[in-house]
Amino acid sequence: MTNRREFIKISALGAGGVAIGLGALQWTKGSSLLSNMSGVGCKNIGGLNRFPTYCEVCFWKCAGWVYTDEDGKISKVVGNDIDPHCNGRLCPRGTGGVGMYNDEDRLKTPLIREKSGDGQTFRKAGWDEALTLIAANMKQISEKYGPESMVLFNHGSPGHHLGNLLKAYGSSNIVAPSYAQCRGPREVAFTATFGSAIGSPEPTDIRDTRCLVLIGSHIGENMHNNQVQEMSDAIDKGVTIITVDPRFSTAASKSKFWLPIKPATDLALLLAWVHVIINEELYDKAYIEKYATGFAELKKHVETKTPEWAYGITTIAPHVIRKTAREMGNASPAVIVHPGRHVTWYGDDTQRLRAVAILNALLGSWGRRGGFYFYESLSVPEYPIPEFPTPRWSWKEAMNGKYPMAALSVSNALIEASLPNKDNPYQVKGWLVAGTNLPLTMPEKENTLKAIQALDFLAVVDTMPMEITGYADVVLPECTYLERYDDLRAEPHREPSLALRMPAAEPMYDSKPAWWIAKQLAEKLGLSNYFPWKDFQEVLAWQLQKFGTSLDEMQKVGVRIYPRTKGPLYIDETSEHVFGTASGKIELYSNEMAANGFDGFPVYTAHPEPPEGFYRLIYGRAPMHTFSRTANNPNLVDLMKENSVWVNPKVADIHGLKKDQYIWLENQDGVISTFPVKVRVTERIRWDSVYMVHGFGHHDKNLKRAYGRGANDSELITNVMIDPVMGGTGMRGNFVKFIISDPGKENV
Amino acid sequence: MRYAMAIDTKKCVGCSDCVVACQTENNVPIGYCRDWVVEVMAGTYPELEIELRSERCNHCANAPCVRCCPTGASHFEEGGIVTVTPNKCIGCGACIESCPYDARYSHPEGYVDKCTFCLHRLTEGKLPSCVAVCPTKCMYSGDLDDPNSIVSKALKNRKYKVLAPEAGTQPQIFYLT
Repeated sequence: MTNRREFIKISALGAGGVAIGLGALQWTKGSSLLSNMSGVGCKNIGGLNRFPTYCEVCFWKCAGWVYTDEDGKISKVVGNDIDPHCNGRLCPRGTGGVGMYNDEDRLKTPLIREKSGDGQTFRKAGWDEALTLIAANMKQISEKYGPESMVLFNHGSPGHHLGNLLKAYGSSNIVAPSYAQCRGPREVAFTATFGSAIGSPEPTDIRDTRCLVLIGSHIGENMHNNQVQEMSDAIDKGVTIITVDPRFSTAASKSKFWLPIKPATDLALLLAWVHVIINEELYDKAYIEKYATGFAELKKHVETKTPEWAYGITTIAPHVIRKTAREMGNASPAVIVHPGRHVTWYGDDTQRLRAVAILNALLGSWGRRGGFYFYESLSVPEYPIPEFPTPRWSWKEAMNGKYPMAALSVSNALIEASLPNKDNPYQVKGWLVAGTNLPLTMPEKENTLKAIQALDFLAVVDTMPMEITGYADVVLPECTYLERYDDLRAEPHREPSLALRMPAAEPMYDSKPAWWIAKQLAEKLGLSNYFPWKDFQEVLAWQLQKFGTSLDEMQKVGVRIYPRTKGPLYIDETSEHVFGTASGKIELYSNEMAANGFDGFPVYTAHPEPPEGFYRLIYGRAPMHTFSRTANNPNLVDLMKENSVWVNPKVADIHGLKKDQYIWLENQDGVISTFPVKVRVTERIRWDSVYMVHGFGHHDKNLKRAYGRGANDSELITNVMIDPVMGGTGMRGNFVKFIISDPGKENV
Repeated sequence: MRYAMAIDTKKCVGCSDCVVACQTENNVPIGYCRDWVVEVMAGTYPELEIELRSERCNHCANAPCVRCCPTGASHFEEGGIVTVTPNKCIGCGACIESCPYDARYSHPEGYVDKCTFCLHRLTEGKLPSCVAVCPTKCMYSGDLDDPNSIVSKALKNRKYKVLAPEAGTQPQIFYLT
């Protein structure tokens, strides 16, 4: 079969590659980033200059200082002391962010796909040619199908710049996998219960909590920075941590109670906890009476959900369920049943997170010290631009009545809409992808690749040659966050804050910031009135003066904290608090869920178990890597260069697996991992499961440090259980067996 | 004056931030490190325990590396910090052999390198970079001779241990257990 869009390794550049044209679109001497700074933002410290930034290695966006040496080269990044996201301490990825800048495998020039003999190849191109080609294809898609057929897949900072371009062009199909592949279910569940989503960073008041309950959430392996810090402070203060995990996680090792639950049964445990808390009257009676509806119905709903009932399902002993419920009750309301972050597990995830929300409600923790605080953020005004055109259809229509409670666009639904289907009036024909590596991010990789083959056009903006870039028609090299201005960070926290990101060095190679890319594309599409500024400093200066500060000042301080204006941090007990639900109360029974045809109370349903000889595939995070995006970062590879598959010693014995042996994994659908993965024989994992860190097993050879290192869990996730409530992709229902001899997939 | 560190194994999550912060602070080449993280697990599922700890040169009061150095490159600085003067070091590796903690490595530029407790930062009144960066704040650094220092206080209130006490090196890194 010949592919319309065959995967091209970026290193395989065509022999006829043209020299990079230094055309009119190059930086002109006068707009040199560094000359514009004129030393204002930098402070000379021991021969080093420092520049404010906020981190882009993950989504926590910690603010820090970038230091450069005498030659102007970036040497280190450290946290900003006044930033509430990091309190002056970056995590290993943030500290290693300098490796993103130094990575010699970075995308260096624009690339254009072209025919080469029987195959296809990339040739280097100048910016003008590459941008002209993208604009021409976008115009063509708009004329042929309408602008709505163009979708932006994005993660992180480039999304807003390119999103504005897409909106100006006439499409609102802007999507981030962080919703349907990650935290969507908890946002829907908490909104249904409390009338507010969790958001990011999570407003968990860990520093003052007396009891922290983690269910499949592994703080310390995820480095959600200020949460890790606050958990550590809470340990100092004698917090009780209860961890529910089939794996002895780092957090489990810090816990007073570790509940080694049978995977896929969490909802049964949650319902049993609700049962005990209600029946032993451990709940916050005054709070429930004042703020909640549906308590009597809830009591009836969980009447039979005894710890003994849950024991048979979860393998957690009844006395442990009771004891941990009492620990929570005793700490109430200073208790947090953590909503987690990556929660798309079994397709009934919104319902499981509803049970988490109900448990928090019973314990009176929402809006209480040591529970969840009310965060606040500043609303950064958009630089004045014309109103965007109204698209004729959006991702909502494309979902065809499915996933009624999705509040944000659903990536898998837009991939589905990209598959050829003559009867689909909402056909997607073009993708712009920025900062997200879809073949490793999305489950059902084959589906993603099928969609890619059917597209008229695919352009990718990234800093690295990720797998997605190999399928692009045009690749644009974005400079790293250390080399660019970006939007202000105004994420919510206990107190609202602003953080500035500015370049600490000129962009390396021929890379450009996303704001510049978006503006240039807009010009070529005749949409320059949506980008009416000269450069991004102008936008930032305009925005900052609205907040009583300036670019000059922000370059010196990096972060500014503002006083709260929208009410207290916790519920004001002296006044009538109105929740954001339709009833104004905490809805233990969710009318909204019921109105949409779903259970108003969460109902436990059993999920399939691994067939004989197979083990449930569980994946997670390592503290030194983010998704698949850091697997080639020289500093972070130095800390962890590959993932391993964790196997219980009993299981290893049965299959004759030895420590450090390389094996392949085959899933229930016969999909075999492309690359071998090292066995880690460890007591830290249950005998019915295996575990690996997500983000490894890259197959682009030009990622010299990441290529072929470890296994890619995403390619083994072919069974996806879709959450009917909001479209989340449940990915924990895949089972693998061990393949000892080389299946010879690597060179296929 | 006696520089020392106390490291709380109950708080360390083993993230290796101390390792990368040291690398970028001290220009440690990629592929080498002056500090590292050790995970020790005991028990069988589900009765398990893990100790996580960040390790580095122990700046021993009775340092075999200083004693065996033929050129005097390995020496004590003020406050008991053990350092190597690169241009005096002939790269013979005797110190590497003598160290019970495997805390030294041969720098590609031909000398032996190791943790300095970030002496250059201490003299500016700053904390060592590993201590300053740690997201769990599990590391304390200070003067053991000062009973009010954060290190002295940590050791007063908690149980602790040192590594390889049998080597008799009088290590100055203390692990709170």
